[in-house]
Amino acid sequence: MDRIPILKMGEFLLVTIQVDMHDRLAIQLQEDLTGRIAATRSRGVLIDISSLEIVDSFIGRMLGNIAGMSKVLGADTVVTGMQPSVAITLVELGLSLKGVRTALNVERGMDLLRASLGDELEGYGGAGDQV
Amino acid sequence: MAAQAIKSDRIPIRTSEDVVVVRQHVRRAAIEIGLSLVDQTKIVTAASEIARNTLVHGGGGWADIEVVQQFGRSGVRAIFEDNGPGIPDIARAMTDGYTTANGLGLGLGGSKRLSNDFDIQSTPGKGTRIMLLRWKS
Repeated sequence: MDRIPILKMGEFLLVTIQVDMHDRLAIQLQEDLTGRIAATRSRGVLIDISSLEIVDSFIGRMLGNIAGMSKVLGADTVVTGMQPSVAITLVELGLSLKGVRTALNVERGMDLLRASLGDELEGYGGAGDQV
Repeated sequence: MAAQAIKSDRIPIRTSEDVVVVRQHVRRAAIEIGLSLVDQTKIVTAASEIARNTLVHGGGGWADIEVVQQFGRSGVRAIFEDNGPGIPDIARAMTDGYTTANGLGLGLGGSKRLSNDFDIQSTPGKGTRIMLLRWKS
């Protein structure tokens, strides 16, 4: 069965969805990603959807699930590159992707992930948690 | 008078891959009649929702993807049919948030919002037929 590749880049995992996903492929990605987060102890996940021509309720739900599961595993998720026509359609469909952080492009998405990692480290320092 | 189909393709819906095939056919028809990118995206997304309903709730079925004309204007029409259990309470099923298959419950209401014309007929025990249409403005 096809799989969507997951790339590791330092503390982050990178996914670029470049095919029109059928539902089983989306579920597979969800499972693969959570497995990889746990195995690599990644602190962030970036999912680029700039090639996706539609996001329907199923794919939207998958993105929400990934963000939720990643959070539980200690990783932040950011979804990047959503096409304007997809965004317009999503909102009219009634889906606002609550709980999913988004960024205009991969570069800004990476900045967002790095920033949240930085905040966390600062937070630990400030709270006097350093060993 | 219903809009006349000048082109029609029937696509079986048996697997989640078939839902992707439906999306591709609707996209092709939408491009053919010159729909804007936003309108293409809307009708393809609506068709994707309903195709999944046909698969998940209807136990599979088929879609007729058509290019239609009426009063000199063109549109894309998608008609989905299944012989599944049907929808007992259509008004309730159209409500956002109503879901039976562990979904988000946006499928029917959302698809209607994304279409210019929408029609649903369902007979419990017999099946469901849903029509979506988006006109070129």
